Amino acid sequence: MKNPMPAKSFSLMCRPPPGQTLQRYFARPALALVACATAGCSPVNLGFLAPGGVIAAAQRELFLWVVGLALVVVLPVIVLTPWLLWRYRYGQQHAPYRPRWDFSLPLEILTWGVPVAVVAVLAVLTWQRSQQLDPYRPLPGPAATLEIQVIALDWNWLFIYPQQGVASLNELVIAQGTPVHLSLTSATVMQALLIPRLAGQIYAMAGMRTQQYLQADAAGHFSGRNTQFNGNGFQTQVFTALAMTPQGFDDWLNEVRRSPKRLDCRPLSQGGVQPNVQHYGWVERGLFEQVMQSFSQPGHRGCHAFSQERAHE
Amino acid sequence: MSSAAMADRETQTRLFGFWIFLMSDALIFALLFAIYATMLHATDGGPAGKDLFDIKSTLLQTAVLLLSSFTFAMVSLNLEYRPQRLRYLVAWLAASLALGLAFIALELNDFHTLMAQGATAQRSGFLSAFYALVSTHGLHVAAGCAWLVLLLIQVKVFGLGPVVKRRLQCLALFWHFLDVIWVAIYAVVYLQGLSG
Amino acid sequence: MNDSATVWLSWLGRLDYTALPLYSGVAAAAAALVLLVALSVVVLISVKGWWGYLWREWLTSLDHKRIGIMYVVLALIMLMRGVIEAVMMRAQQAVAINSPGYLPPEHFSQMFSTHGTIMIFFMAMPFLTGLINFVVPLQIGARDVRFPLLNAITLWLTVAGAMLVMASLMLGRFSTGGWSGYPPFTEVDYQPGVGPDYWIWALTLSSIASTLTGLNFAVTIYKDRCPGMILMRMPLFSWTALCTSILMIFAMPPLTVATLLLALDRYLDFHFFTAGHGGNVMNFVNLFWLFGHPEVYILILPAFGVFSEVFATFSGKRLYGYKSLVWASVAITGLSFTVWLHHFFTMGQSAGVNAAFGIATMLIGIPTGVKIYDWMLTLYRGRVRFSVPMLYAAMFLMLFVIGGLTGITLSAPPVDYQVHNTVYLVAHFHNMLIPGTLFGLLAGYTYWFPKAFGFRLNERWGRFAALCFGVGFLLAFMPLYVLGVSGMARRTQAIVNPEFAPLLWVAGAGAALLSLGLTCLYAQLYVSIRQRRRTAVPLGDPWDGRTLEWSTPAPPPPYNFAVLPPIHDRDPCTWLKEHQRISPTDFAAIQLPNNSAMPIILGAAAFVCAFGLVWHIGWAAAGGMLAAWVAVIARSFVRDTHHVISAEALRQAHARHLQQAQQTVAVSRDQEHSPLNHGLAQVQP
Repeated sequence: MKNPMPAKSFSLMCRPPPGQTLQRYFARPALALVACATAGCSPVNLGFLAPGGVIAAAQRELFLWVVGLALVVVLPVIVLTPWLLWRYRYGQQHAPYRPRWDFSLPLEILTWGVPVAVVAVLAVLTWQRSQQLDPYRPLPGPAATLEIQVIALDWNWLFIYPQQGVASLNELVIAQGTPVHLSLTSATVMQALLIPRLAGQIYAMAGMRTQQYLQADAAGHFSGRNTQFNGNGFQTQVFTALAMTPQGFDDWLNEVRRSPKRLDCRPLSQGGVQPNVQHYGWVERGLFEQVMQSFSQPGHRGCHAFSQERAHE
Repeated sequence: MSSAAMADRETQTRLFGFWIFLMSDALIFALLFAIYATMLHATDGGPAGKDLFDIKSTLLQTAVLLLSSFTFAMVSLNLEYRPQRLRYLVAWLAASLALGLAFIALELNDFHTLMAQGATAQRSGFLSAFYALVSTHGLHVAAGCAWLVLLLIQVKVFGLGPVVKRRLQCLALFWHFLDVIWVAIYAVVYLQGLSG
Repeated sequence: MNDSATVWLSWLGRLDYTALPLYSGVAAAAAALVLLVALSVVVLISVKGWWGYLWREWLTSLDHKRIGIMYVVLALIMLMRGVIEAVMMRAQQAVAINSPGYLPPEHFSQMFSTHGTIMIFFMAMPFLTGLINFVVPLQIGARDVRFPLLNAITLWLTVAGAMLVMASLMLGRFSTGGWSGYPPFTEVDYQPGVGPDYWIWALTLSSIASTLTGLNFAVTIYKDRCPGMILMRMPLFSWTALCTSILMIFAMPPLTVATLLLALDRYLDFHFFTAGHGGNVMNFVNLFWLFGHPEVYILILPAFGVFSEVFATFSGKRLYGYKSLVWASVAITGLSFTVWLHHFFTMGQSAGVNAAFGIATMLIGIPTGVKIYDWMLTLYRGRVRFSVPMLYAAMFLMLFVIGGLTGITLSAPPVDYQVHNTVYLVAHFHNMLIPGTLFGLLAGYTYWFPKAFGFRLNERWGRFAALCFGVGFLLAFMPLYVLGVSGMARRTQAIVNPEFAPLLWVAGAGAALLSLGLTCLYAQLYVSIRQRRRTAVPLGDPWDGRTLEWSTPAPPPPYNFAVLPPIHDRDPCTWLKEHQRISPTDFAAIQLPNNSAMPIILGAAAFVCAFGLVWHIGWAAAGGMLAAWVAVIARSFVRDTHHVISAEALRQAHARHLQQAQQTVAVSRDQEHSPLNHGLAQVQP
């Protein structure tokens, strides 16, 4: 059985020599914690509650609205229950005891009516926002949409820029303020692309094309990952999304174009995990469609190489 | 409560329970129909329904199965009104068995023809769905036939007591249920496939 | 064919020494431990000579009370493995922060798969089935369930499924596709080994058993209620049992179809869900969640039923809003079939479809909210006693609604796009399952234990366990909500973001506390058995119960009721106590089913068949299947299936019971936990 060995700065698969076990298990995380505490990092800054784009910002707003509305029904329960338990506890003499009381019409109207009202408001909100935040819905705005095709691999993310004819592995670079249109497919099993600070996730499935529009408001870097379990390398299938200024984006494109690597219908490598970022200066036309067709077309014309990437268990 | 009344109540409740079982079975078939419907065009470039289905054979299978429902209805009538004339009951049961087995033989022959043409379940999603749906029904009919043989033996060994009678009534429900499912298969799979 | 005929025809199929769990020290140790414990139990029983007793009184019994207890025993055993796996996964995530941790990925991924599979199919389902089995016939005035033989069959099929999952610990590996087993990851191309096959056949056994269980309970409740027990006088626990049964009948078939179609793909090269050749993974997802969503209502409705009983009994009050509670349960049951798509909002459906299912999901929040408030109104103007079941119920009220809130957030598709498949989702469903399902089942266990065994459980250990579970749950899962909105995915064997560390350590501490709670639960049982003479409640009503089951002695006689009592009210036992029940004189002979070895033989045959299918051992698969059907057919030729309890025997048993009652002092609720409580309650004026 192949054991994927990432070449990232930390080695996830090596078993440390006995003397270093303590250090590896406790010292590193402890150091990280200290660094974290002094630097003031909170995990919440990594997700959509600290949005970096319009979609994530809208999702955050909806989340807060839904929480607020649901609290109308939930908060009284949490507040009143301890009070009820205390006031009507066995042995106390002050509060009335009505063992046969089991119905009150006003209370019935309240207990049914309030949740119905809350859900009615939520329903309208949900309907509207679901339409607005449909991942397949193009983003409004004057800037031209950047088309990117995403192929989910085991255990990497391949980003093809069909208009520019280049591709990048495990690095998604976009220009700030520019709407981006992702088309996704998988060369292997079902996966899901999530860049929480920019937008929600969408599944990538073999033989099918799903879509996600997103946009970064300002320059920055955002972590992205696969969230649909797909095997032994799943936890390492992370990447960085970089939003650059338009100039910075052009510079990056030029740098990628200069890369000697060519991307066509051949396997990316022997092993499963490609932790490094790779740039491809030339991409075969229609590669994305070919990968899809290798599953969806009869006779299996198309590009199969990527689906052979998988290290069998 | 008298023992006759208790036996009757027991029978009614058992039939009620068997209806509920049939409803869950119907759900399984409904899901197989739904899967089939979504995979109607998943032929992977291979043969579709209209390339494969034989109207004559399937019409014959339908006739055989419908006839077997008639013979089983005769079984039920004899059971209810002439339980003392065991010979007629056994004869109608045997006729139903023969027709059920004939249905299975015709279906297996059909499958053999299809597979000889290369239309195996392994060929495409559409064919997988087709074989799964039709074979599930066929396996149910086979189980019904085996159950029929068992009950013929029990009629011989135990006579027509309340327990055996109850079992025959359940089998009758099962038999007619499978007939209804077949009519749906004939319409949805074969007629639709051949016309599409 | 993925395996040649020669493999199937060989003696061991694809089983060989590489099946031993030597790929991981942890796995090897766990397998050895399980084997050791199993052998010790067998040796203990043999040395003590208990096999005869066990066979006669338990393993071949068709008595719903015995079967119910055996279901709960299975659940409590599998709970141990489920909790241990949970603690191990929490520990791994707490230490594997930019470090490998101690569980390699191929083991971690099996663990989250077995954890979910065991907890749902072999812990929660057997537990609730056991409680319903024991209690419902007593509550509705029936002598047994309608189909006792079928009842035993479903028990042993479930045991067979559980044993299959235990076998995967010792031979081969389990699936790594999670409890939901999505293809194409679980297809032969990606997992050619035995893992997904173990998963498929364990679930098939469990789903068939549950379908038949639902059928049994539904017919019992529809047809076998005693005279006067109209549906609108049935206790809420029986109502929720009815709703659960309907869900079982209609929700398990989609799972059976999904797993069998996946089996066809894996064994016979069909193309239902393969990537290519016309396969469509979305069909599996739809089928699975058509089952999966009603399944979670199967898990929660019995707990709701338990809480209805507990709130009323331990407030000394009638249950508030009976009609609303009934209609809310029915509404939940119906609506639960309309929301399954919310489990895969992110699969690319149109906004309208997603929104429709999201709104349908929110609708279920309405009857659930009504129930919560009705329970609070039961506390209102009551006299609340903080016995262990009420502790669980109180914690449930406050903690479950948090899960309800996060459930509403998840039902808004744009929010779900962010937190689906993150630990926020994990926190949400554990928030429903632990304060909801687990607390309900443990409350029911504590509440009805005295009825089943004739003595109460130790109160102090019970309170401590409950506290550990409550605080442990908060520590283990509240951090996961925060981590989920921070983008931490579920099922990750290692963590790359050190910012996640502090919260993961809190969660680890919570897991440790939960396992402490479980240990206390077992300790409680041990201590209670040792103290059983002090806490004996033979008269059968330790809690001043309101529903019919409390009017029988503890443990109840095999026939439950010598004479079926008249029902005039929703709380029949309270009515009987207030109206000074008259002793019955019209005893009539009762027919009870004989024991039968067929169910346990069927279960064993099913296990052999499933094991053979997993390892491609032809003779085991065919032989097991054949043996199972031979057992069924052989049994159908048995004529002597019942025995009769004479009227005279009933009269004498009842006279003894009356004599015991006359010699016992009735206690008020002040002495509920004292040794003076022999199960006879003082009637409140």
